[in-house]
Amino acid sequence: MLGVNPKNIRLLQVASGKLQKNQSVMGTVQKTLRPPQSGMNVTTDKGQNIAEALSGGDILLRALQDAGVEYIFGYPGGCALHIYDAIFRQQKVEHILVRHEQAATHMADAYARATGRPGVVLVTSGPGATNAITGIATAHMDSIPMVVISAQVPNPLIGTDAFQETDMIGISRPVVKHSFLVKDCGEIAGVVKKAFYIATTGRPGPVVIDVPKDTTDPEITVPYVFPESVSMRSYNPAVRGNGRQIRKAVNALLGAKRPVIYTGGGVIQGNAAELLTRIAHKLGFPVTNTLMGLGGFPGNDEQFLGMLGMHGTYEANMAMHHADVIFAVGARFDDRVTNSPAKFCLDATIIHIDVDPASISKIINAHIPIVGQVASVLEDLEGILDAEMERQPDTPDAGALDQWWQQIRSWREAHGLDHDMHVEPGKPILPQMVVQTLYRVTQGNAYVTSDVGQHQMFAAQYYKFTEPRRWINSGGLGTMGFGLPAAMGVQFAFPDSVVACVTGEGSFMMNMQELSTCLQYRLPVKIVNINNQSLGMVKQWQDMQYGGRHSHSTYSDSLPDFKALLEAFGHVGFKVDKAEDLEPAMREAFAPALKNRTVFVDCWVDPHEHVYPMAVKGGSMRDMYLNKITTYQQGDYI
Amino acid sequence: MRHIIAVLLENEAGALSRVVGLFAQRNYNIDSLTVAPTEDATLSRLTLTTAADDKKIEQIIKHLYKVIEVVKVIDLSESDHVERELMLVKVRAEGIARSEIKRTCEIFRGQIVDVTSNSYTIQLCGPSDKLDAFIRAIGKTTILEVVRSGASGISRGEKILSA
Repeated sequence: MLGVNPKNIRLLQVASGKLQKNQSVMGTVQKTLRPPQSGMNVTTDKGQNIAEALSGGDILLRALQDAGVEYIFGYPGGCALHIYDAIFRQQKVEHILVRHEQAATHMADAYARATGRPGVVLVTSGPGATNAITGIATAHMDSIPMVVISAQVPNPLIGTDAFQETDMIGISRPVVKHSFLVKDCGEIAGVVKKAFYIATTGRPGPVVIDVPKDTTDPEITVPYVFPESVSMRSYNPAVRGNGRQIRKAVNALLGAKRPVIYTGGGVIQGNAAELLTRIAHKLGFPVTNTLMGLGGFPGNDEQFLGMLGMHGTYEANMAMHHADVIFAVGARFDDRVTNSPAKFCLDATIIHIDVDPASISKIINAHIPIVGQVASVLEDLEGILDAEMERQPDTPDAGALDQWWQQIRSWREAHGLDHDMHVEPGKPILPQMVVQTLYRVTQGNAYVTSDVGQHQMFAAQYYKFTEPRRWINSGGLGTMGFGLPAAMGVQFAFPDSVVACVTGEGSFMMNMQELSTCLQYRLPVKIVNINNQSLGMVKQWQDMQYGGRHSHSTYSDSLPDFKALLEAFGHVGFKVDKAEDLEPAMREAFAPALKNRTVFVDCWVDPHEHVYPMAVKGGSMRDMYLNKITTYQQGDYI
Repeated sequence: MRHIIAVLLENEAGALSRVVGLFAQRNYNIDSLTVAPTEDATLSRLTLTTAADDKKIEQIIKHLYKVIEVVKVIDLSESDHVERELMLVKVRAEGIARSEIKRTCEIFRGQIVDVTSNSYTIQLCGPSDKLDAFIRAIGKTTILEVVRSGASGISRGEKILSA
């Protein structure tokens, strides 16, 4: 094969004649299976190893190893076969075979959310690539670092409507942070390095590498060099915040009489939870988290108001509405938080820290904008805050703050969440009780993933997360089918930890084929199914806004027997439909006896339950439905 | 309000589609767009005109910066600048209208670059509103075909846009 390829001819010319043909480059690989042509060493006159010549497929795998990748979640196919052969011939990166590409992206995504390290996905061209799109969009909306490698038809066939061809760069463009189309196998190592750099820095996000089959051809080899560093003149994400702005923020915080700290996913992704918690404790201010920000401040802390927004707690939303200073950290004023932007917290001075300048003043105008990495900005802010609090020992105003807390406590007493619902035998199980029971049984120590809908809101409201990266859900895109593969991705990252997926039967059925993957890799995830025999959140909206016309939101006559289904997949299933059986069943599911098994607890709950509070459409943050009877609007109960 | 935004971006495959896609995706408007490599072959310069309020323009510029290949962005209309657009107009030029069109062309400092017995092709360069004015001046009935390059622009004085 050498000599046929023009690249190898060039290589021969520069390599001073000291080529060592057929040398093993992969260490412990199964040598009999490796075509000897796929690797050779290029050495200098002094015998120093300068670069090995590898095929594109081997380069890709080597680059992933050098990028520190532990797992690839993927699914093979025609155009990806050279890459899959390269996977076979190495042992450092483990490939996880899924049952559907969407699940691969969610696993990689959740792996990234739980560990902070980028998740890696490998799919084939065409349908493999398009199936990955939902997962890429999910990661994009929640700013999750991910590298997605999609195989592509060979370069000469691109644009010819070849078998399994799709324009992956084009189709993924609106939902990626960046993408690369590989033109030549010599580019692969550099592209991989850049992809990881872009995915993990600044505001993180998914990066797609589209790899045409000809660039991974085992017959074509080039020297492998993994760049040590990347510098791009067009990409220099902000790190430190502007000192003057930070000082202004400190002054506003210390002058506040009715402050709220409102934090989002940026605190989690930016590894700033500890710092944020320390600053919040120094100031003694109330803290609320967005859906993406839960765990950024301990959920069982006295200063915690719970989640805010559409289904946020009464006290969190009321505190926001009446605040005079809002300290927004790594949050983006999503429409599910603000309700009507025109009516949003009109009396408040807004301090906004975000790594993405485009998030600042996008929805709500920030009075004190600070662009920078949350951790870096908070670090600088803490320094100034400490000095100022020492210089002005009477700040923040303790009297005003005390009054503010009294107000907040009275709100909480009036309409706070009931965290300790009691089982009444014979009465139906309430979905909130399922989450409360899970919290008790796991002692608040589980990784909790969720799908999308009522169960997601109940989990966010009732499971108190004391640490970051424990609550894993699709916040921005709201992707049903996320929960199970997400739990699996977390379990791969932390094999010995308890991972629970709080789901609903609607979401679960969107990716339940992954139960087969659970068996293959013996993943002991625990699935808690809040079964209301309907698409609960859709039904709730139909109850509240469409006169109770349940258009295509129920399927109670055609649900599978989940216990039997789980058993068919080789797992353990429970069905619970009596309130008094809930806790014993949950304890059994999480007991040491089933520690190594995938377990499904099918909890049949009251199908009529709604999620409250719920924001009144088009209102301000204080406008909420508090239950099926009471609405609080414009300062009055209706 | 009309803004002229100049973007310096890496001269790479796919970069242009990312910029154009951004406008479509975020519901921003593009009135005209022109792009070509600069004296540095690794960089392209793109000029686009858009109509939006200041808040939207701020978002457009921030989002343009988020496109990885974008190196620099400037809103030319924020300060003094020179704006030029090239237009070629093919008009019916017969009988008495022939000399009238030629005179109008001279007033606008245009050049007739192609002539047939019954048509002229006129080349005109200037700010977009001057080209609009010319089209109004010669009247729609005589126009056979119009091609415009879209506005290009550069800042006046010492101010430069470079990588």
